[in-house]
Amino acid sequence: MNLTHVVWLVVALPLAGFLVNGGLALWRPRAKSAVSVVGAGVLLAAFAVAAAIFLELLAQPPAAPVIVRLWSWLPVDRLQVDLAFQVDQLSIVMVLVVTGVGSLIHLFSVGYMREDPGYARYFAYLNLFVVFMLVLVLGSSFPVMFIGWEGVGLCSYLLIGFWFSDKVNADAGKKAFIMNRIGDCGFLVAMFFLWRAFGTLDFTAVTARAGEVLTPGGAIVTAITLFLFLGCTGKSAQIPLYTWLPDAMAGPTPVSALIHAATMVTAGVYLVARTNVLFAMAPVSSLVVAGIGALTALFAATIGLRQYDIKKVLAYSTVSQLGYMFLGVGTGAYASGIFHLATHSFFKALLFLGSGSVIHAMHQAYHATHSHEDAQDMRNMGGLKQYMPVTFWLMLIATLAIAGIPPFAGFFSKDEILAAAFARGADSPLYYLYYAMGVVAALLTAFYMARLMAMTFLGPNRTGEQERAHLHDAPWIMTGPLVVLGVLSAVGGALNLPRLVGGHAALERWLEPVMEPARQFSHLIMPEGSTEYLLVGAAVAIGVLGLWLGFRSTLGQRIPTAHDAPPDTGLALVLNRKYYVDELYDALVVRPVEWLSRVVLWRGVDQGVVDGAAVNGAAVVSRLLGGSLRLLQTGQVGVYVVLFLVGAIWILRAVIR
Amino acid sequence: MPDTTFLGPALGLSAILFSLGAAGVLLRRNAIVLFMCIEIMLNAVNLAFVALAQLHGQSGYILVLFVMTVAAAEAAVGLAIILAIYRHKQSVDLQNINLLQG
Repeated sequence: MNLTHVVWLVVALPLAGFLVNGGLALWRPRAKSAVSVVGAGVLLAAFAVAAAIFLELLAQPPAAPVIVRLWSWLPVDRLQVDLAFQVDQLSIVMVLVVTGVGSLIHLFSVGYMREDPGYARYFAYLNLFVVFMLVLVLGSSFPVMFIGWEGVGLCSYLLIGFWFSDKVNADAGKKAFIMNRIGDCGFLVAMFFLWRAFGTLDFTAVTARAGEVLTPGGAIVTAITLFLFLGCTGKSAQIPLYTWLPDAMAGPTPVSALIHAATMVTAGVYLVARTNVLFAMAPVSSLVVAGIGALTALFAATIGLRQYDIKKVLAYSTVSQLGYMFLGVGTGAYASGIFHLATHSFFKALLFLGSGSVIHAMHQAYHATHSHEDAQDMRNMGGLKQYMPVTFWLMLIATLAIAGIPPFAGFFSKDEILAAAFARGADSPLYYLYYAMGVVAALLTAFYMARLMAMTFLGPNRTGEQERAHLHDAPWIMTGPLVVLGVLSAVGGALNLPRLVGGHAALERWLEPVMEPARQFSHLIMPEGSTEYLLVGAAVAIGVLGLWLGFRSTLGQRIPTAHDAPPDTGLALVLNRKYYVDELYDALVVRPVEWLSRVVLWRGVDQGVVDGAAVNGAAVVSRLLGGSLRLLQTGQVGVYVVLFLVGAIWILRAVIR
Repeated sequence: MPDTTFLGPALGLSAILFSLGAAGVLLRRNAIVLFMCIEIMLNAVNLAFVALAQLHGQSGYILVLFVMTVAAAEAAVGLAIILAIYRHKQSVDLQNINLLQG
């Protein structure tokens, strides 16, 4: 039996979950056990189907992508778009990541959200998100991918503003949605260009005909790829559209783990990897992609150094790691980018869920004593290791993984990206700069992660005397998924073990059929021998140095609680305020737009032109016209007769002639 | 060949009568007189129908019967209205009746 053709089941299962949970949210919001079973169950089932398909593909790797056509969606003259799914080596990896990590996060949510009155609504949104995410990665053409692309944006908005009764949360949701829309504009324009150039929007056709339709390095392919990348900067939170992601932490923590760390934000990386042949044909765009990636990696990492909210640190860390992925796909190491995407989804989901456990414990402790301290501020934590040992050890694994310490997952993927950037430097020296930025970002990553761990778990406890008694590890339904993610973070590197340590670069070889078309336009020769040893050694040294500096500087000082901490000054303040980028955008974009809307569009166009000229103008004209015609209506029969007679004679004259 | 001897004078008389009636309708203000003028106009048309029936067949005679029927019905309704107006206003002068002025 050919399982590949039931791939629609992977999407249909979460969709059914959404419908059931949505119905329950409307009519039976108290039925929490039913919601849990349906919400997490459909994801596990979807993962099982995906794994079965994967095993089948593994046994018999398809030479060409398998297209599963469901129905004709947009039959418009020459534009024929089918609602079809594309199963190939790349999409199945993404499906496994989405459903696998998604399942774990759904299980975690069962414990984390148990007390929330919007439990059913939460799972309905979460299921819907998975549906759209799977459509995004499985879509066989740009428009189908765009359904998912827009859908995940919608679910992201709904879940960021999940606790919408607080204005801050609702605003964060709107910010995310609007920023994403700006990027989506780029995606649309790129689609229009592609349609003009190719007359089709299917991935397979575009990939196959790219070489004959477009000139390598030409203006069209550069424009297409740059507009696509604009879409990526919105969805994947890169400079200049990254500011929504840290604000997106207003949503529930499992949402941050699933949407804003593991899956949705990696959609941009997936898009670049999917259209690898186009990016390979446009060296300028690739340079931009890698440059923006490196810059974002460095920029976000510096902001992460001085954040106090545990989730904000992780948010900037995510932005930074996404920058790494773009550095990878920008240098042409598409498989490495996807590899880092996968390992990042493991350790970052673990970090977010671990921070969720911490926040959960802190929140309960403060709730028990009716304190109003900030449960997410790391200055109120400290010494949690003895109260939450399981969470501590698991988060330590993730920290080592993200810092790039061998043999944890992040080491292999990050090292590959840096090595690729270094190798590309031979063609274009600018990449050496990107490599240097990546190395510095790696140092900062290790530093802020060590700071986070030290402030949260080590040193003396600063939570408070009474609260301390209430701190404890989360129940097994929350810790269980953490353990699985911990194992994956530890051994995830085995997915793509480099030849240096006796591996076979399994993921890279697996993805080869998908990345092959790019090969003919841009071939990347990875460093080998002594250079490779040197690069690996440098990366490890940097990671260790960063961790050491981070632990030392954080533990060496007394940390005041958030309540009586002195305000930051100087550079620390600038970093804490995120370089004032939000304020800058506010002054440059938001306020002018608001001014334009209020003064020009509202007072000028709406009140002046629409209300004044059009609506009231029409009324005035008809009143004047009616007023003058009214004079004819004298009420004198004689006048009517005269008019009648004149009319009759006039008509007769016309008829007789 | 129909006899057309009196056709010219008959149509001429009809035209004179119609003009008289129309002038009356335009110039007189008494509702009863106005009403009579309308009757004159109708009968002028009847005369024309009868005269032309010789040329165009029997339908002219039949139309005359129709016109007379309608005129009778109209007279009944019209006189009733005039009577009602008189009871209301103690006058049938059309200049005083301008309730529908815009």
